[in-house]
Amino acid sequence: MTLPIRLRLGAATLASLLVIGSAGASGRGPAERLKLEDVTALALDSLPPLPRDAGNVRADEPAVADFGHRLFFDARLSANGQVSCATCHDPRREFQDGAPLARGAGTTDRRTMPIAATAHSPFLFWDGRKDSLWAQALGPLESAVEHGGTRAQYAHVIARHYRQDYERLFGALPDMREVPASAGPLGDARARAAWNGMSRVDRDAVTAVFVNVGKAIAAYERRIGYGASRFDRFVAAWKRDGKAPADVLQADELAGLALFVGKANCTQCHNGPLLTNNEFHNTGIPARAGLPDDRGRRPAVAAVQSDEFNCRSRWSDARPGECAELEFLATASAALERAFKVPSLRNVAERAPYMHAGQIATLADVLRHYNRGPAAPAGRTELKPLGLAAEELRQLEAFLRTLSGGVTGPAGYLAPPSSHE
Amino acid sequence: MSFNTQRNKKPAWRRIALSAAVVAVTLGASACGHLHLIAGGAERPAAAEFGLGPRPSAAQLYTATLLPRQPLRLRQLETVPVRIADASGRPVAGVAIAVSGGMPEHGHGLPTQPRVTRALADGVYEIEGVRFSMGGWWQLTLAIESPAGADSVTFNLSL
Repeated sequence: MTLPIRLRLGAATLASLLVIGSAGASGRGPAERLKLEDVTALALDSLPPLPRDAGNVRADEPAVADFGHRLFFDARLSANGQVSCATCHDPRREFQDGAPLARGAGTTDRRTMPIAATAHSPFLFWDGRKDSLWAQALGPLESAVEHGGTRAQYAHVIARHYRQDYERLFGALPDMREVPASAGPLGDARARAAWNGMSRVDRDAVTAVFVNVGKAIAAYERRIGYGASRFDRFVAAWKRDGKAPADVLQADELAGLALFVGKANCTQCHNGPLLTNNEFHNTGIPARAGLPDDRGRRPAVAAVQSDEFNCRSRWSDARPGECAELEFLATASAALERAFKVPSLRNVAERAPYMHAGQIATLADVLRHYNRGPAAPAGRTELKPLGLAAEELRQLEAFLRTLSGGVTGPAGYLAPPSSHE
Repeated sequence: MSFNTQRNKKPAWRRIALSAAVVAVTLGASACGHLHLIAGGAERPAAAEFGLGPRPSAAQLYTATLLPRQPLRLRQLETVPVRIADASGRPVAGVAIAVSGGMPEHGHGLPTQPRVTRALADGVYEIEGVRFSMGGWWQLTLAIESPAGADSVTFNLSL
């Protein structure tokens, strides 16, 4: 914007005076009818405390989180020694990689997801096939195109490089002389054969180490949150002063906010302080050419119910009755076909490209997609064409940009651990 | 359902005023852009149809009352006790209840599969696993079966 600052302030002041003064006045735009109660639920200070992770009793221990911090950045936890969690979940880029498809040992079929505040999410991944942060962390570790390794290999890494830290936190490691260099139930034929050749006791001992690796990484990730954005400062000032501040959001951004909570229907799914309802919806995102059909949530409900590391599994610390999300999972709905997880919109401007395989390059393109509401390649889109004008789409984009506030974490957590740790 | 056996005798000025009010409400609603939210095709019922009950079932076999212990929130799994009484107000034990519902304006069902997990005393049953994933008009339908017969009741909730 090139308007001189006084004009911009004047416009913003005018907009906010209209917001204050005119409940129910006819002939005014949506920004003028915006009420504080429309927006407080979206503000960061409405975020409830971190929910307890019933499956991970160590999730809130700082020492376990510190250990997880080291594991998160350790590329030795991969078959080729070059892939750590941070390879794709780069803390300098909102813990993601800016690429349409994640690249580890190979290329995956999906976009890297950011990790901030994911402890508030009952299901992880675009299709929700994991029901805890610790179970999620174990997925890429044994995926051939991501870390590419096996749990036996990782147990050797722990024994070789982290024995003291691990045993202080989790107790004695198994006798690693009995454990093949690489073995696991999800590896290639050789790894699976090696796994099947191990005794049941040894397999359980190795899986226990693997589970603790996941739980430590999850304890670290739990502490990563979103920073307060200009939108949050706007809401905080409004609550504190009893009137909308004139100098925090510009007129276009305010108009975009009014559209967001109003006729653009965004808060149907992007509601709450993380601007996601954590549900799965089909929004008619086009398929990416060259990839297999991606059915999203539909097949994933069976996957999460039978996952080796889900809330009900023997590796989970959850007691009976503490796995309500699995207990009441909707499994049979056709609405799940090609439905994907609603991502948080916090810091969304920093996270191009968009959607589950990075299909949409810019925020402006995303908004045009929602405005058009095209038919879905499979299943049924929940979108209806919005009929918004080009200026309204620009206002929405301007508002979305006000949601950027960086990520937060304990001291040092947003960078690799220092070498003396 | 009640039947109006009296002929409509409103004077003309009242009819005109009523039409004007309907037009004004419609214009107001479209200025807010809410009219095109009604894409599932359903029309929002009158305010009296909303609430936690007591509410009679369709064939009047039962009366149901929702008894949440705290205000219903968005995005959280909720446990909602429901009291089932018979036509004369006596609590009914041993009913089977199936839960369904959704958002008629959006044309989608419930995001979870709630069910009754416990029967408490005095005809109260705990429905667990309800989640309201967004604000708006929700319907919760209870299909109730007992030796007295099968019937269903639908609650309209505004979250």
